Amino acid sequence: MTTALLGTARRAPADVPAGRDAPTALLDAAAVETVRRRAGMRAGRAAARLEPAAPDPRPALPPAAARRLTMLLADRPGAGGGRRGTAPDLMELLPQWLAAANGHGYAAPPQALPALLDAARGRTDLRPAVLAFAGPRALWLARLNTDWRFALRAAPGGGAALPGPEEPERVRELWEEGLFAERVALLSALRARDAAAARDLLATTWAAERAEDRLMFLDSLRAGLCEADEPFLEAALADRSRNVRSTAAELLSSLPGSALAGRMAERAGACVAVDHTYGAPTIVVEAPHECDAGMERDGVVAKAPAGRGERSWWLGQLVEAAPLGTWPGRLGGRTPEEIVALPVADDWRDELHAAWCRAAVRQRDPSWSRALLGTPAAPEAGGPGAVSLAERAKLLSTLEAPERAEWVAGFISVHGLSEAFQLLGVCTVPWAGPLGGAVVDALNIARDAGSYPWSFSGVMGLAERCLDPAEAVRLEALTAVPDEPEDAAPGAGGYWSESFQRLLTTLRLRATMQSELTPP
Amino acid sequence: MTEQGVRWSADQVLALAPDAASRKAGSKLGAAGPWSEAGSSDEGTVWGLCKGSGSKPYRTVIDIADSTGPAYKCSCPSRKFPCKHALGLLLLWAGEDGAVPRGEAPDWAEEWIEGRRKRADDKRAAGASGSPSPGDPEAARRRAERRAEWITAGATELEQRLADLLRGGLASAEQSGYGLWEETAARMVDAQAPGLAARVRELGAIPSSGPGWPVRLLEECALLHLLDQGWLRRDGLPDGLAATVRSRIGLPASADGAPVRDRWLVLAQYDTADSRLTTRRIWLHGTGTGRTVLLLSYGAAGRAPELALPVGLALDAEVSAYPGAGQSRVALGERFAPAEPTGFRPPGVDVARAVAGYGEALRDDPWLESRPVTLERVVPVPDGDGWQLADADGESALPLTPAAGSRAGLWRLVALSGGAPVTVFGECGHLGFSPLTAWPDGPGEAVTLC
Repeated sequence: MTTALLGTARRAPADVPAGRDAPTALLDAAAVETVRRRAGMRAGRAAARLEPAAPDPRPALPPAAARRLTMLLADRPGAGGGRRGTAPDLMELLPQWLAAANGHGYAAPPQALPALLDAARGRTDLRPAVLAFAGPRALWLARLNTDWRFALRAAPGGGAALPGPEEPERVRELWEEGLFAERVALLSALRARDAAAARDLLATTWAAERAEDRLMFLDSLRAGLCEADEPFLEAALADRSRNVRSTAAELLSSLPGSALAGRMAERAGACVAVDHTYGAPTIVVEAPHECDAGMERDGVVAKAPAGRGERSWWLGQLVEAAPLGTWPGRLGGRTPEEIVALPVADDWRDELHAAWCRAAVRQRDPSWSRALLGTPAAPEAGGPGAVSLAERAKLLSTLEAPERAEWVAGFISVHGLSEAFQLLGVCTVPWAGPLGGAVVDALNIARDAGSYPWSFSGVMGLAERCLDPAEAVRLEALTAVPDEPEDAAPGAGGYWSESFQRLLTTLRLRATMQSELTPP
Repeated sequence: MTEQGVRWSADQVLALAPDAASRKAGSKLGAAGPWSEAGSSDEGTVWGLCKGSGSKPYRTVIDIADSTGPAYKCSCPSRKFPCKHALGLLLLWAGEDGAVPRGEAPDWAEEWIEGRRKRADDKRAAGASGSPSPGDPEAARRRAERRAEWITAGATELEQRLADLLRGGLASAEQSGYGLWEETAARMVDAQAPGLAARVRELGAIPSSGPGWPVRLLEECALLHLLDQGWLRRDGLPDGLAATVRSRIGLPASADGAPVRDRWLVLAQYDTADSRLTTRRIWLHGTGTGRTVLLLSYGAAGRAPELALPVGLALDAEVSAYPGAGQSRVALGERFAPAEPTGFRPPGVDVARAVAGYGEALRDDPWLESRPVTLERVVPVPDGDGWQLADADGESALPLTPAAGSRAGLWRLVALSGGAPVTVFGECGHLGFSPLTAWPDGPGEAVTLC
């Protein structure tokens, strides 16, 4: 080898047969050696074997569903692209497929795990469903490939089981020595199983935590909030950090029986009353004149944002934090509907109603939500009023699913689709019959009005994912290319037909996906 | 031939796609939505109308039973082959029960099928009646002689260059870089010895290939020297080895071995591409003969070769071997029935036997890089930066090639195993093992890894 590296001109090889020059002899010898080495190769010794993956007792996918999964995973972003045409967007169907497969309790085919983990790596929203479907073997794989570390992070405790309340020693150890993310995971897991134990654990180190950590930990108490948390939260109202104080106040105000809620009710009640001197009963508002130390301690922010009057700013915060249950008693025994219907003196109506909306969302109060939403057909429901669309969506989320769907259906049939996207987003999937019907009708009307379908691409995309596949029958007729009316946008008819076709194809595909997953 | 029996899996259909974009587009069309009047016949024909952006639907027909692989016809303007409509229709046919019912082919489909079958029959008849005109045998012999002289001149020149390299020392190769080798490779192309040219070109990459390169360079130079010597002294070699030398030099040969009819299981199909050519390798395993043979097909750069045989299918066909000792390459002859899925698995050996098998194969062909083999009951195990396949019931292990260690297929293999034994088909050579297809220990379909 050295000879080869330096060159035979500098270093002569050991034994050169007669009749061969040195380089050729070296090549001869090397050729023999190479073939000998390759032919004489032996198997190596096995390295330390892996601990086998935990068995997955769930049943395997039906063959048709396994094929479907392969197809859904083949449709990864980056390949192809461009205009969507009439073909369904398969990647968008993966979440539904996963939810259905998880619902049936199937095990993932092992060879699909790398593609599933890759898909989940790029899309955080897919992760919980992918990891549930992928099962124990995915965690086993994630320990071998750093690309899939997220799976270990998402699984509590990096894949190793988190200590539960029955292991106080390990809990304490992890809490005192763990990384921030581990501690948050531990606290949330413990909170889910034993709310009081989690709170007590947090209290042991509360004073020594950094302000931003305190805020995160306090936030994890939001789950399973109960009366017993009040003393701890009350103490946190005196915290050094303003963000911690206001979070504590917000949590306390969600507990209608808390002392803070009582104080807020008293303050807010002093500002709002029914006055009969106007003829008809009218709500009069007397906003607070100052923000005293007690209010500030209870989480009221004294400094108003630029452009807002201080007094209305304070009023909004008081009403938002006061338990809604106190108002009927305070305002002459009226129901929420009656209270909302009362006229409000001196232009305070918008301010007051907006604060009630925030309160209804925070306290998840359906009867107030219903009252504040009003009837969907009301003219002000469509436009910007006291209650914005974002707030309506939040109010809707406090209602039961059928009622929500019915309200949105009513809204769409009166106001059309242009404002409906946010509201549709909070409805449960698949959309209930009346809601689906309203959406399809509204799309049809929009088409006849001659606009382009991409003005409605958001709603279309939602419809593809959320419409009940049973609606497919109604859509058949819409896929035809209509004659173009004179005032329509040129070519819109063809695009509409294409859009409806994609909608139809996607619905059919979803129906097929569901039936493939149904056990024989 | 039952309907269940001939249906393919989605993976097998997607393996026909010419590129990733087609695969994606085809997947989207693999649902009932855009299709109408779809149907299939007992003779292996599938047809359907696909609604596209135009007013008239596209007419798509596929003949799966054709003896040269699936044939496609679609009225769409796409120049991809098969187009997304054909892929979508096949997926529909493969995927959903009853989505493509049995039926009579419509006229437009029947016409095309009839035409095809007739042309194929004509061709067969013509082929049987007389081989194409052999030309002037004397002229052909003179041409071959002239080429042999060129190659001899090229081989002699290459010997000189190798000797110069060794005289000056390999250390100098690091500085001279690609240029020297590219020029030498061009000389070999001029000498009409493409096999030599390809080897020389590869030498150029070795000095930049990381630690240990001088040993690898010396080995490759030595093998090149061996090939040169083999050519220069081919008259003294046994026939088989002489044929091997000729094929390694890059002389064209025809597959004139006796045709062997068998049920051939498709073990693996994968493409490699360089700047000019896409090469597709398809490994077949004879379920009766137990032979493992290689089909090579080529496509222009960036395009998939036409022949596509999805893994897991078995086809009843004849193959004929190319000449040369220790060569596994064959040409596909007549196919007697459409390819059908099969549960058959090739019998496997343990790690020690696989390594020994490669060593023995070097006796026939010392230039052999690797040899196909099926390993039974092996477990993938991480070993330092790479991976190895270890006997489940022994202490022996075979490293995976560095290239295999960075492929996505490795993770499918690891996932399939989950730490338990699997059966793996692949190529075993001096660089290690390159896994191509795997089967789970229990029941289950073949999983492609390449």
